[in-house]
Amino acid sequence: MPALELRNVSKQYAGTPPVTALDGVSVQVARGEMVAVVGPSGSGKSTMLHIMGTLDAPTSGSVLIEGLDTSSLDDDALAAIRGRRVGFVFQRFFLLAGTSALDNVANGLLYTGTPRPQRREAAVTALDRVGLGARIHHRPNELSGGEMQRVALARALVHRPAFILADEPTGNLDSAGSEAIIELLLSLHDEGRTIIVITHNEEISSAIPRRLRMLDGRLTDDIDERVSVP
Amino acid sequence: MTATAHGVTALPASRLRLAEVARVGIHALATRRLRAALSALGIAIGIASLVSVLGLSESSRSDLIDQIDALGTNLLTVTPGTGFGAGDSALPGTATGTIGRLPTVEEASAVYAVNAGVYRNDLVPANLTGGISVYATDTRLLETLNGSMAHGSFLNEAQRDYPVAVLGAVSAERLGIRDLEAPVRVWLGGRWVDVAGVLETFALAADLDRAVLIGDRAAEQYYDMDLEPSAIYIRVDRRFLDDTRDLLPATIDPENPEEVEVSRPSDLLEAQAAAEGSFTELFLGLGAVALLVGAIGIANVMVIGVVERRGEIGLRRAIGATRVHIRRQFLTEALTLAAAGGIAGTLLGVAATYSYSVFQGWRAIIPPEAIGGGIAAAVVIGAVAGIYPAIRAARMSPTEALRSD
Repeated sequence: MPALELRNVSKQYAGTPPVTALDGVSVQVARGEMVAVVGPSGSGKSTMLHIMGTLDAPTSGSVLIEGLDTSSLDDDALAAIRGRRVGFVFQRFFLLAGTSALDNVANGLLYTGTPRPQRREAAVTALDRVGLGARIHHRPNELSGGEMQRVALARALVHRPAFILADEPTGNLDSAGSEAIIELLLSLHDEGRTIIVITHNEEISSAIPRRLRMLDGRLTDDIDERVSVP
Repeated sequence: MTATAHGVTALPASRLRLAEVARVGIHALATRRLRAALSALGIAIGIASLVSVLGLSESSRSDLIDQIDALGTNLLTVTPGTGFGAGDSALPGTATGTIGRLPTVEEASAVYAVNAGVYRNDLVPANLTGGISVYATDTRLLETLNGSMAHGSFLNEAQRDYPVAVLGAVSAERLGIRDLEAPVRVWLGGRWVDVAGVLETFALAADLDRAVLIGDRAAEQYYDMDLEPSAIYIRVDRRFLDDTRDLLPATIDPENPEEVEVSRPSDLLEAQAAAEGSFTELFLGLGAVALLVGAIGIANVMVIGVVERRGEIGLRRAIGATRVHIRRQFLTEALTLAAAGGIAGTLLGVAATYSYSVFQGWRAIIPPEAIGGGIAAAVVIGAVAGIYPAIRAARMSPTEALRSD
C-alpha cells in the first residue's frame, strides 16, 4: 500500500475563466520513497502539495493517505490527518516568534492532545535528529535561517508522520543552509522516511532518484532512475 | 491511530488540551506586550471610570446621608411666606410661644432681625457691612439646630440681657476673627460688644453662618429689633413630623395660614444627594462610552492581528488545528485582553475612590456590584470584540493563510 496516492486529481479555482491548477494528476508514492517535484512557477506544484497534505481539497479525483480515501472526510477529520499523519515544511519557516526551538517543535504535537512533558520529550529527540540538540532553548531570532528551517523540519518529524511534504525548503536559505537541509532530507530518506519535496534547486533534484515534472497543472514526467527503462 | 493491514481506518480527532487553550491564547499577547497593554488600556480606563464613579457617588452620598442623620431630619423652619398673595407677610410676634406649646414640638427657637451693622472696629466705614446680618435670639437656638461651637460658648441666660455677641462661622472669617484666645470685641450698631463665641457651620441653617447673634433682651434694649421673628427653628417629635408640619401654619397665624412657610432643611440636602445621583448617571454614560471605545480598540487590534498572523493561522491548521481551535485561540486572546483591562481598571477605580474619599474625608464605599460588574462587563466586551476577528481567523482557508505574500 502506498503512503500516498493521487487518483486523477484536478483542481479548478473559480473565476472567469476558471483557472485549472491541476489537471488529472495520478501518482503513487511508496513508503520510504523520496520524490522531487520540479517545474516552472505556476505549474501547479504547490497546489499539488497542498492537496497531498489535505490542506486543500481537489475539485475531482481522490487523495488516499495510507490507503484512507480523504474525499469523504470533513474539515475536522482532515485536520486530524494533518496533525497526525502529515509533516509540512514551508519555504517560510513559520516558527512562532518569542518561542524556543523546543516549544516550536513540541507544537508539532500540540493538536494531538499529547501532554506537554511528552511533547517536549519528543521535541528534544527531533531536535537532536536535526543536529540542534545544543540549541533547543534558542528563539527563532537567535537562530540562522538554516537553523530555523531545521527547527521547522524537526517540527514536521516530531509526530512521526506517514510522509513529509516540503515546499521549497531551501528557497529562503543561503548555500550553506541549503546544503545542510539537503543532507538532512537525504539522510532522513536513508532512514526510511517518505519525503516529497518541491524544489527549484538542481542540487536537490539531481540527488533524488525519482522526479515528477509538472507543467500547466499536468504531470509531464515521472522519472525514476532506479527503474531501468529499456 | 488504528492501523490495519489495509491502512488507516480512523484517526483520533484533533484536540487541544484546556491548559493549552489558555497558553496558546496568552502566548501571542506575551510576545506583543506593548500592543496588548495599549489595547487593554482602553478597557481599563472605561472600567476604572465606571468603578470610581459608582464608588465616589456612593461614598459622597453616604457622607451626605451621614450628615443628614447627624443633623436630624426632624428640624422644621418656619419663615414668613413669600409665595403669591403673601404680600408683606410677617410671623406674629407670639409665634414662638404658640409653637412651643404644641405637644409634638420638642424645641423651638426664633431669630429676629436687628437693624444694625457689625464691624471689626469703629473705624470701618458703615457701608462695608461685609454682608453680615445681625439677629437676636434666645439661648435655645444652638440646641435646636444641633449646632456646635468652634470657639468660646453660646449665649447663656445672663448674657441675654447684655450686649454680647456670638459669631457665625462665615461672619467670623469676614471679620477676621480666628480664635478667642484674647478677648475680642466687635463694633455692633454703634457700640462695642464682647464676642462670647464663634459657631461652627450650620448645615441646616446656612443663613446663620453669615450672621452675628445677640441676646433677644439685649437687642430689645440697645437696638432697633424687629418684633416679628425672621425665622423659627423647630425640633419636632419624629413620629409626628408630617402632622406637625401640616398643623403649624394655622397654629401660628390662624387668620392667614398661607403667609406661613414651613420647610424642612434636610430636604435640601436630600435633593442635593439626589442631584449628585443624576450626575452619576451622566458620568456612567461617559464611562460606557470609554468602554465602547475600548471594545472597538480591542476588536481593531484583533482584526489587525488576524491579518498579520495569517502565516501562524495557516501553520496551526497544517499541524492539525481545526477551525474551532483557531476560533478559540483568538477568542481567548480577546477575552484575556479585556479581562486584564477589566482587572486593571477595577483596581484603578478602587484606588481612585479610596484616595479621593480620604482626601474629602469621606468613608470610602465601593459597591461590590461595581467590582463584579466591572470585570463582568470587561469580559462581555472582550467576547463581543473578539468574536468577529475569531470567526474570520477560523474561516480563513489554510492554503490562503500559508500563501507567501
